[in-house]
Amino acid sequence: MSLESIIAEAERLAFDLEFQGVKRWKEAAPGRRAIGYMPVYAPREVIHAAGMLPVGIFGGGDRIEIIRGDACFQSYICHIPRSTVELALSGRLGCLDGMLFPSTCDVIRNLSGMWKILLPGFYARYLDLPQNFDRRVGGRFHRTELLALASDLALLGGAPVTEETLRASIALYNENRRRVRALFDLRRRSPHLAPAVEAYLLLRAGCVVPVEDHNRMLDAYLEAAGAGDRPALDNCRVVLRGAFCETPPLALLRTIERAGCDIVDDDLVLVSRWIRDDVPEAGDPFEALAHAYLERSVANACRYAGEEEKGADLVAAVRQAGAEGVIFAAPSFCDPALLDQPMLVAALERAGIPYTAFKYSEDTGQFQPIREQAGTFADSIKLWSQP
Amino acid sequence: MTRERAAKEPSMVRQKELIAGHYRRLARAREAGEAVVYTFVPGNLTELLLSFGAAAVLPEINALQSGMRGKSADYIARAEKAGHSEDVCTYVKCDLGMSLAGNVGPTGEPIPRPDLLLLSYTGCFTFMKWFELLRQQYHCPVAMLHVPYVWNGEVTPGMIAYVVDQIRSEVLPALEKATGRRFDEADLSRRLALSARAEDDLVWVLESARNRPSPIDAYFGGVYYIGPMFSAFRGTEEGAAYYGALRGEVQERLQAGRGPITPEGPMEEERFRLVVEGPPNWTSFREFWKMFYDEGAVVVASTYTKVGGLYDTGFRHDPGAPLESLARYCLGCYTNLNLPSRVDLLERYVRDYAADGFLINSVKSCNSFSAGQLVMLRELERRTGIAGGFIESDLVDPRYFSASNIKTRLESYLQMIAQKRLEAHHPPAAAAEGRAS
Repeated sequence: MSLESIIAEAERLAFDLEFQGVKRWKEAAPGRRAIGYMPVYAPREVIHAAGMLPVGIFGGGDRIEIIRGDACFQSYICHIPRSTVELALSGRLGCLDGMLFPSTCDVIRNLSGMWKILLPGFYARYLDLPQNFDRRVGGRFHRTELLALASDLALLGGAPVTEETLRASIALYNENRRRVRALFDLRRRSPHLAPAVEAYLLLRAGCVVPVEDHNRMLDAYLEAAGAGDRPALDNCRVVLRGAFCETPPLALLRTIERAGCDIVDDDLVLVSRWIRDDVPEAGDPFEALAHAYLERSVANACRYAGEEEKGADLVAAVRQAGAEGVIFAAPSFCDPALLDQPMLVAALERAGIPYTAFKYSEDTGQFQPIREQAGTFADSIKLWSQP
Repeated sequence: MTRERAAKEPSMVRQKELIAGHYRRLARAREAGEAVVYTFVPGNLTELLLSFGAAAVLPEINALQSGMRGKSADYIARAEKAGHSEDVCTYVKCDLGMSLAGNVGPTGEPIPRPDLLLLSYTGCFTFMKWFELLRQQYHCPVAMLHVPYVWNGEVTPGMIAYVVDQIRSEVLPALEKATGRRFDEADLSRRLALSARAEDDLVWVLESARNRPSPIDAYFGGVYYIGPMFSAFRGTEEGAAYYGALRGEVQERLQAGRGPITPEGPMEEERFRLVVEGPPNWTSFREFWKMFYDEGAVVVASTYTKVGGLYDTGFRHDPGAPLESLARYCLGCYTNLNLPSRVDLLERYVRDYAADGFLINSVKSCNSFSAGQLVMLRELERRTGIAGGFIESDLVDPRYFSASNIKTRLESYLQMIAQKRLEAHHPPAAAAEGRAS
């Protein structure tokens, strides 16, 4: 497959708000079920092991008119719950048999309850992820939650999740994580060969197709992109942070890149690499997943972390990516991203790393100010940063 | 311009003295050799802190007290100048701003630095970020107590075990280290018994609003009544005595058939009985209250008075099972309940307290309360057949309190209730028939 056709397919899947691919997958065999999940993290292995399709729901972006969703939220609430409610109330999520709301913030948490009121009888589960990272405490709690989820999925018509099936799913998702890490390595090494927009589309597409298909898609992309002959540009290298839940419009990412910034690392579609490396494939798989969450998770704003941990993680990401600066792009009214930002800024200032910040919403349509800001940031790095 | 002195119930005066006494205790905590522990109102482990001899600082109380004293605007501006977004919680910014301004508390006395941040992560995501921010400022230890969200309306044994495990493995060792004292379970149990006594009296007071006229305002007056219970006086003799006296005072009004005391004196006529969801605005608290009592509107039940503990559904601290009881308390705080449970509670209030209507004060700062309130409103309307009212303000940011907008909305809402009441007594069809004949 050509690079262009891979990206075209990824874009089609990523922004198919009718979820045609999910419908086709369900229709291909009787009794198939699909479970939606909100960003930022969901134990997709458990859903897969139940023979179900995990489906990432990232709102409607800038591709849906909000009619019913706006009537459910005050003006000071972020945008992703509006478009997600719109998707649900307009019947677009009718192909889903359940919905998971991972602990992200109070808005996503309350959205789980809104779901129960707005869609009575529909399976909606809030996934409380542990904020205690002791294996005997948070680990035990999380393992119990994973078992309860598996049990619920069986009641919804999924296959019983056995240790064997879960281990097989973990192995498949480990393969996926390896490919995603390879994609990010390529971006860091040669951002001109794997631009952020393409990586984003690939990861979004991976949230609506079976992991086996996504692994093949990533293989094809890595081969085609790695062998590409796109020219390297004289851009500055930046890390993008803050966009882990409500995602920016594609045009915003393009705007940043066109303004002279190679985005060499980001926190978009974090579910695909929330667990930093492989989950052990031996032993009790529920425990393995629980412990991986405790000990191998990324340092994200939705998760409690030790002092300096998140700042140190960001500085390390900048160093590892050979980046010259950080762009904070957070959705308006996003509590996790905006409350974290001053702490991350302090860490960057201590490390002498330049940064700039702006806010967006998923349906932002004005990109000129962002182009100017990102362009000025890139120029300032090129002109004044120490070599 | 001098402000007219507000009329107060004796219990309100006593409540003010208790709170002022607590701030004096905090100011002297260092010289008294007391460890200082910052923690939050929902899920506060006050009895446990007291059993360790620690003094509690509750940042939300500091923020709301600063708001009531007109200090919050400056503190918020300081925090925003320091890089905190205009989009986020103003309690956090007010507290951070106060800290940047020298950490002088709302009563003008210094607030000591924390020896420990006890992060009771109960019903509010922002709490986690708040203490991460304070930790960066004070470089002090944090004990995280993650209280699971009661997402399906049911407290499970796994949730209780998780919270108890954390109290044992995180909170007790951190308190022992911060205070230099050993955990004394007998002292904790003794304090929990005092709590339960006070909780009985508080529930009696809140439920007195079922009477007509209600002897209390369960929102504006209610925030005074919950003050000692939600701050530093649960599990103390003073606290138990306060609630005993409060009960006596309300009993007296009830027997005399009198309504609540407003800042302008006793309320003469109860025209509307309302249930209110959401926190009050603190920067214009008295002006906000006046909008209600000027119209003869009494709040007979509110959810805000349940954020620091939900007692009127039967929970009491249990001296017989101290740690499990603390866990159950944390899990049951109002904002830790899912939206259907919150609607259930509001529906019960509307029916049990024979309310004429219900009103949501949606505050910009608090997504834990506010996200989903419009859906709650419609669900509650569907279940009760009563139209609800909706107003918007903020906790401590005066920029988001628009008096004229709120007053207009409230008056329109009350007029609608009055009109419906009139129609119920004189149905339009009957009136038309009367005209025809």
